[in-house]
Amino acid sequence: MATPQLTSTQTAVPQIVAHEVPTPQTGWMAWLTTTDHKKIGILYMVTTFVFFMMGGIEALLMRLQLSAADNTLLTPGTYNALFTMHGTTMIFLFVVPMMAGFGNYFVPLMIGARDMAFPKLNALSYWLLLSGGLVFYGSVFFNPPECGWTCYAPLSETAFSPTGGVDAWIFLIHLTGLSSLVGAVNFYATIVNMRAPGMGWGRLPLFVWTMLVYAVLLILALPVIAGAVTLLLTDRHFGTHFYDPSSGGSPLLWQHLFWFFGHPEVYIMVLPGFGIISEVIPVFARKPIFGYKAIAAATVVIAFLGLLVWAHHMFATPSPFIVLVFFMLGSFLIAVPTGVKMFNWIATMWRGSIEFKTPMLFAVGFLGIFLIGGITGIFLAVFPVDWQLTDTYFVVAHLHYVLMGGAVFAIFAGIYYWFPKITGKMLSEGLGKASFYTMFIGFNVTFLIQHTIGLDGMPRRIYEYPDVGHLELYNQISTVGSFILAIGILLTVINVIRSVKKGPVAGPDPWEGNTLEWFTTSPPPVNNFDVVPRVRSVEPMKDIRAQIERAEQERAEREPASV
Amino acid sequence: MMSRLGTEIRRSVDTLPTVVKTDHPFSSRRRAFALALATALAGALFLAPSAFADFLVPESGGSPNADQISDLYTWVLVVAAIVFVGVEGALIWCIVKYRRKKNPVADQIHGNTNLEIGWTVGAAVVLVILGVITFVMLPGIRNPPNSSAAGLDLSGPQYAVKGGGKQPPNGRSLNIQVNGQQYVWRFTYPDNTPNNTFDNVFAYEQMVVPTDTTVTLNIKSQDVAHSWWIPELGGKFDAIPGYTNYTWFKISKPGVYKGQCAELCGRNHANMVAEVRAVTPAQYRVWYAAKATMIKAANAAAAKARPTIGTPQSEATPADVTP
Repeated sequence: MATPQLTSTQTAVPQIVAHEVPTPQTGWMAWLTTTDHKKIGILYMVTTFVFFMMGGIEALLMRLQLSAADNTLLTPGTYNALFTMHGTTMIFLFVVPMMAGFGNYFVPLMIGARDMAFPKLNALSYWLLLSGGLVFYGSVFFNPPECGWTCYAPLSETAFSPTGGVDAWIFLIHLTGLSSLVGAVNFYATIVNMRAPGMGWGRLPLFVWTMLVYAVLLILALPVIAGAVTLLLTDRHFGTHFYDPSSGGSPLLWQHLFWFFGHPEVYIMVLPGFGIISEVIPVFARKPIFGYKAIAAATVVIAFLGLLVWAHHMFATPSPFIVLVFFMLGSFLIAVPTGVKMFNWIATMWRGSIEFKTPMLFAVGFLGIFLIGGITGIFLAVFPVDWQLTDTYFVVAHLHYVLMGGAVFAIFAGIYYWFPKITGKMLSEGLGKASFYTMFIGFNVTFLIQHTIGLDGMPRRIYEYPDVGHLELYNQISTVGSFILAIGILLTVINVIRSVKKGPVAGPDPWEGNTLEWFTTSPPPVNNFDVVPRVRSVEPMKDIRAQIERAEQERAEREPASV
Repeated sequence: MMSRLGTEIRRSVDTLPTVVKTDHPFSSRRRAFALALATALAGALFLAPSAFADFLVPESGGSPNADQISDLYTWVLVVAAIVFVGVEGALIWCIVKYRRKKNPVADQIHGNTNLEIGWTVGAAVVLVILGVITFVMLPGIRNPPNSSAAGLDLSGPQYAVKGGGKQPPNGRSLNIQVNGQQYVWRFTYPDNTPNNTFDNVFAYEQMVVPTDTTVTLNIKSQDVAHSWWIPELGGKFDAIPGYTNYTWFKISKPGVYKGQCAELCGRNHANMVAEVRAVTPAQYRVWYAAKATMIKAANAAAAKARPTIGTPQSEATPADVTP
């Protein structure tokens, strides 16, 4: 009774027979039709950076207008359009999709996957984002919106904003919202299902943790704003009265819906930034992240609490006392996990061996700036104090310390950290450092003084002001700072353009990184990894380097013996 | 683990000054300079608080609630300054002390549970302190006091305010209706016919009030959202169409207190100014009587002119009349 024994050569191997292999696209068609997460990531990053520069130019125009008291450079309508475009651009067309760009490129690489879970949806995400941006900027040629990025009703209703600008804004919210929602589902599916063997939740890189939470927050918050702007659209064009008080509607409904989305949106913007920082600091301090579990847990706690504090944007509205108290205490609570992260980052550098390459400089700059934004947030959480500070330049300063610190400096750290992986070339350290110091000084000159401008009683969103006290001087300082900041950003643009062509070759792992993206070549091949290594810790690359070292040592010991 | 870490911290703290003194004379000089600079800055902060008052705290001085907000803000500022110096100090100390040049080999520490629990609790304690301070100071900010004896005589029935926002303990205040409109504020004063508001005394842009008198405001809007704000008289209160918002102030010094709309309300938002002029109760009564007479005369003149202007169809709307 001879049972047939399967030998290795007889094992059934699944065969893939390709009847027709499409020739790969080249040139611009390759970019237009790509579903590769890396190419889509690059598209995201380049597109959003262009929008970032447009938003920056809008900011500079506003600062020029404010550089003199009672200035007449811009008309009130233009000024209102500029701050509407600036805020909307920076939030919907820069920070959120830039994080999606980083996520697109690096989440699959860091978890050892070969692409996102849904590559075609991924492409759809990008093209929806771009069309949202184009529709919005198209309004510049007709009537740009003038209602601020918050577009409070009833100002945004047809009675007070009859032109199509608000409609362009609504379409932007819908298109970029759909883009982010589809992207978020994609991130979630990818991170949950496609991690390398051995990568349990306790070994997930912290950037990937933050992208997971970013995705969950987007999924929870976006449907609310999508509903809110749809109600606004029907109010404007189909005769409904959701926000019209004369027919029983409520303007406060808009504010609640908007901020129910708007506050989580802040964490959607800064949490991935925290993730980038949590990757950069341990690499350049040559030390494991301090309290991995605490940082991952703090991310989740911040996201949860972030869903419960929206009305701290509405302390001056007619709201019941108990609501004010609830949202004050909730906002206080958020300071705890945020503080924990701060302390963990500092403790990661403590007793490390810190090498100040440009990414690390931006990370440290982030810590310094974000700390100030966090602390001024406590002032604003105390609602009687908020009554004095809200809607003034104090808030403008606060939100820029949070978003420039928490997001933009982190994004620049990410650009300098990952550019070698994306392009295979190194950025110039000299230009990078010059860019950092110029940006850091410019940023603080621009925004530190704005706290005082607000305390002196200057509301935000006004196109002119009288020269009372030192208001004109303070505003001039701020304007000078904004141009220094712009020069700093320009230096990075020059650095990137130069280094793409002429930068020195980076090699797979120029920083001795900790995570799997440094395992593959720079730039990575289309399939990312020929072999996906087994993950045994939070820092798989350290294990791999140690393994290689051990193997070489053993060989060195064996070889003399054999001779 | 904790005790090892503790000794390590102590060791590194202990060795710090000696290292600096013996090996790096240059950085010791730099340290002395930094110390001098910090001392000078701290000294300036403590010795000249008046010079920095405008720079660091919100406006106040008109009304007790604004003063209390300013005090509460100052408490928060003190706590924030301590946290800021502590954290930023730790950050700068770390990046100076643990540069690669000074510390070529990093210690492979993954965390420390006790330390992490410690700073989590520490952060929470700071917030509890802030919460307690806030709740202690809150009544003085929210609750209007009674009018002083030197203030306007509030014994008339029009000053017994019913319903709405918070009232002084004796229930009497000068209750003014504030109505936000693109781009002006309208103030309606109380009179003895609460059911008819068409004959009330009203004013635009400048609100005239008596000193030493508790003034309560019912803030409304008739078009888009505005925000009532006179920095020296307290915080902002949004005027949202369909809702009423409430605040109060009590001025002891006669004078003009200026502010402006603080919620984006359209193109002319920047020029929607608000002004409160505080005068003595006697002057206030004179102003009120003159205003009442003027409004009565204007109404009478309008009533007389109306039939001669033409039929109701061609009656001019206020918008057409405004130049």
